Order: sequence, then C-alpha cells, then structure tokens
Amino acid sequence: MHANGFAISAKEKKSRRLLLLKRSVPLYLLILPSLILLIVFTYIPMYGVTIAFKDYKTGLGIFGSEWVGFKNFTTFFNSYQFWPILRNTLVISIYSIVVMFPLPILVALICSQITSSRYKKFFQVTTYLPHFISTVVMCGMIMLFLSPSSGIIAKLLSFVGIDMPNLMGSASAFPHIYVWTEAWQHIGWDSILYIAALSSIDPTLYEAATIDGANKWHKIFHIDIPSLLPTIMIMLILRMGSVMSVGFEKVYLLQNSLNNATSEIIATYVYKMGLLKSQYSLSAAIGLFNNVINLILLLVFNFISAKISEDSLF
Amino acid sequence: MQATIRKSNKVRRSKGDVIFDTVVYIITGLMILIAIYPMYFILIASISDPALVSSGEIVLIPNGFNLRAYEKLAEFDDIWTGYRNTILYVIGGTAITLAVNIPASFALSRKQLFGKRVLMAMYLIPMFFTGGLIPTYMVVKAVNLVDNPLVMILPFSVASYYIIVGRTFFQNTIPEELWEAAQLDGCGQVRYFFIVALPLSKAVLAVIALWSAVGQWNGYFNALIYLRSPEFQPIQIALRNILINNQMMGMTQIGAAAVEARQLAELIKYASIVVSSLPIMLLYPFVQKYFNNGIMLGSVKG
Repeated sequence: MHANGFAISAKEKKSRRLLLLKRSVPLYLLILPSLILLIVFTYIPMYGVTIAFKDYKTGLGIFGSEWVGFKNFTTFFNSYQFWPILRNTLVISIYSIVVMFPLPILVALICSQITSSRYKKFFQVTTYLPHFISTVVMCGMIMLFLSPSSGIIAKLLSFVGIDMPNLMGSASAFPHIYVWTEAWQHIGWDSILYIAALSSIDPTLYEAATIDGANKWHKIFHIDIPSLLPTIMIMLILRMGSVMSVGFEKVYLLQNSLNNATSEIIATYVYKMGLLKSQYSLSAAIGLFNNVINLILLLVFNFISAKISEDSLF
Repeated sequence: MQATIRKSNKVRRSKGDVIFDTVVYIITGLMILIAIYPMYFILIASISDPALVSSGEIVLIPNGFNLRAYEKLAEFDDIWTGYRNTILYVIGGTAITLAVNIPASFALSRKQLFGKRVLMAMYLIPMFFTGGLIPTYMVVKAVNLVDNPLVMILPFSVASYYIIVGRTFFQNTIPEELWEAAQLDGCGQVRYFFIVALPLSKAVLAVIALWSAVGQWNGYFNALIYLRSPEFQPIQIALRNILINNQMMGMTQIGAAAVEARQLAELIKYASIVVSSLPIMLLYPFVQKYFNNGIMLGSVKG
C-alpha cells in the first residue's frame, strides 16, 4: 500500500522493458534473416578461430581437438618464411598507402578547378571507369601489356631500340607493378569522396576570398585543403587499420615462381598453407595474427586522431 | 581609359588565371587519356588483324578488321557456362542481398527497436574483426556449401557497409510523421516497412543492387575458394584460365601455323576481356549517379 510516488520500482522497470521488447518483435522479424546469416558465417568463424590455439584434427573437430596454446604462432614466427612474407606484406601495403592515399586528394583538388561543368562530368565518368574492371581482367591486361615478346609496350620500345625486360618475372619490379596498376585503376574512384566534400563547401567563402584579393592558389590552400582535413583524417584512420591486409586476389593472380621472393604475402601464404596443404591450425593462427595487428593499428590511429584533431571513428 | 577598366572588370581573369586554367585542362586531359587508352587499345586490338597487333602496328586505329578472335572464343564452352552462371549469380545474389540487408537496415534505423545499440554493434564488428579464411571455410564446409552454387549467393550476402548505407537512408529520408500517421491507422512496423518505407526507398535499393551486381560480376575469390566443379564456375574463373593460366595456348602446330596460332591466342585474350567487361562498361555511365549517391550515404557518420 506504500506505493512509491516518484521512483519507478524495479518491478515496473522490468515490465516496461518487457513491453518495449514485445513491441520490438516485428522489427526483430525483419532483422532475423540477416542475423542468422551473420551469426552462422561471421560469428561462428570468429569462435572457430580458436583452432589457432589447437592442434586441429579433422576427425576430432573444432571442439574435440587438443589445446596447444601458442604453439602454432611460435611455429610461424620461427619458420624461415615469416620475415620474408611479413616484409613483402608491409612493403606492398605501405608503398600502396604512400601512393594511393595522397593522389585521390590531388585528383579531387584538380577536378574542382575545372570550370566547365560538362567537362567536369566527363572527367569524372572516364576516370572512374577503370574501377569497374575485374581483378582477373586487370591482371590479364597487366600481363598482356608487359609481355616482353608480344606486349604493346615492348613493341613501342623496340621502335626506339630499347629492349623490354621481363617485368613479370622480376622480383624487384613486382611492388611497383602492383602499386602503380592499382593507382591507375582506383585513384579516380577514390577521389569521389573528396570531390563531394569539396563541392559542399559554401560558395560564399570563395566569393569573400576573391573580394579579399585571393587568387586560385590561395583558395586551394586556405579553403579547399582545410575543408578536406576531417575527411582525410577519417580515411587515413580506416586505411591504417588495414595496413596488414593486402588484397589476396590481385597478388595471387600476378604471382609466379620468378617474382615469388617479393610477391608472397600473408594472405596468399594463408591460402596455400590452409586450403592447399590443409594445415588448418597453422594458417588460422597466421590469419589471426594478421587480424589482431590490424585491429591494434586501427585503435592506435583512432586514438591519435581523436587526440590531435577530434576526428575519430568512435 | 574608362573602357579598359570596365573590360577588365567584366572578364576578371588575370593572366595568372588563364595559365592556371590551361594547365588544369592539360593535366585533366592527360589523365583522361591515361584512364581510357588501355581499354581502348584492347578493344581495337581485339578486332584487328592478329599479325598487325603482334608487330605493334595497331596503336590508334583498328586495321584489318576481322572477328576471328571472337569466333574462336565462342567455341570455348567455359566462357558460355561462365557467362550463364555469372548471370544467375548476379540475379540470385542481388535478390538475396536486398532481401536480407534492406529489412535489417530499416529495423536498425527505428528508434523503437529494443536493444538497438547491441544489435548495431553486431553488424559493425565484422568491419574490424573477422574469423579469417580458414575458420570461415570450415563453417561453409560444415554446412555443406562447398562446391554448391548456393555458396556464391547466400553466406556472404550480409554486409556491414550495406547495413550502414540503408540505415542512414531510412533515418534521414523517411519522415517520422509518416510512421505516426500509419500508426494511427493501426499499421504495425512490418506493414509500415512494406507499404510505406519500401516504396520510398528506390534510391537506396538501386545503389545496393548495383554494388552487389558489380561485385558478383567481377568477383572470383569465393569461386576459387569454395567451388570445384567446372559447371558451377563463374565467368571470372573462365577468364582466369584464358588470361592468366594460358589455357588457349595449348595448340600443337609447328612453323608458320604455330606463329599464327600464337598471335590469334593473344587476340582471343583481348576478345575475352572485351566480352566480359563490356556489359558493365556500357551500363556504368548511365547508372553512375546512383553510385555517387551511395558513396555519400555511406560516408555519413552514424
């Protein structure tokens, strides 16, 4: 009989929650199909990553296999393959960032200087186009163009008396081929976000700058670039979070026995050890090692960025 | 004197500006050339005389027009099987992608959803951490999807990015007043989604459908990992066999015939690139505004 007038009792709180839960049931039904797929094909594999700490035997299954602690990791760290593939992964990845991160910003700044809107549109459509070429076709094109016997580049060079080296068979050329073809294919597309950010700048800023006597260079350095900075920071954090994940597809297709010294990366090694040689536990451990480093880098860069510029993912 | 002042006021372009604009046009012109030329070359080479292509004489215009490479390619059954499979995977994959991601992103955009934060986190975590290739392969194998064409369209259809894009769209473009009105008429969330929200979301449906379709068309990773039988392989695997593994090179002629066969084999590669890339290249300029819209939706921090 001494009902509390102001504080909601625990019982009431519980029934309120139950009501909210009940009201959400229709929404849960809409989520359910995707949630089942997500749990089965994303979260169960996350649990399955425990085989990295086990000695997986097909007959015993994930649960039955014996725990071995960090044995698979030490096997990997001590193998003669460890340093070369770590180095190759980092070289390709960091080289990619150095080239692929600033260039789209530059493309966007140049694109925003185009005064004719029709030409600007044409520029965008044509520079985005290579992005839609599939990785297989891209690698096929690279091999066709770079072929020392029948490629167009070799033919054109032979007219001026230069012999084309076999670039696909050269370990030292591999990172350059990978990165610069990647640049050709994706720089235009990667600039979309920056072009959009630039086109959303308040035009009165430019008008005021013109009245103050600013020329085009002043506007680029004092309006365009500062307005892009938040976008640049977010993109940089995201990019740094994937330093260790060089895409499997392109490297795998461009790999051959001659360039293997620089083209064997973590992703291709995991594929070969795991699926071709069935060393499940070892390759799961290598994959996990890769993922964890990425996660740490992402958190570190997010933290640094939050400290210095207040732009962060979370 | 007055006339000159007025004139310079009207034009308002200093000599520096003129030089600046000229340089911009030169640079962007070069970039357009670099982007387009390799694709253009492949197109003209594929319809030219193989011997001329091989000697490097085809640079700007096609010469010795013929379609032999395409005729040879047409005899290659894997291309046709691959084409058919890819079309099926594009249709099936896109349908499933929309069917699972759109309702989920709608529900996740509703403030009435109980436990929204936890659920949203579940969809976002995979962007930063996954089980990796081997554990995923083991699960796919355990549910009997290895070498099953369903693996191309079902298991990996949920994508954090599509969820974010869809949710941002529903949050920002569908006014809450519509829900209030619908509620007064006795409409529940599910009916509201199908009758009110879905018809208003054609833009986001188009964006996600296009992304998914392009991904399906161009992807080869899942097929490489999970499919074994030749009859299930998508076009990209057939292309890989021609372009990377040189499957068409297995010709045994000798002498002049061998040279000719080798030149034709090169041309078949060009033709296979044209045949597989043309659908997307032709479609893309017409749908590019949807892609741009999508990028903007996805970039809104949520």
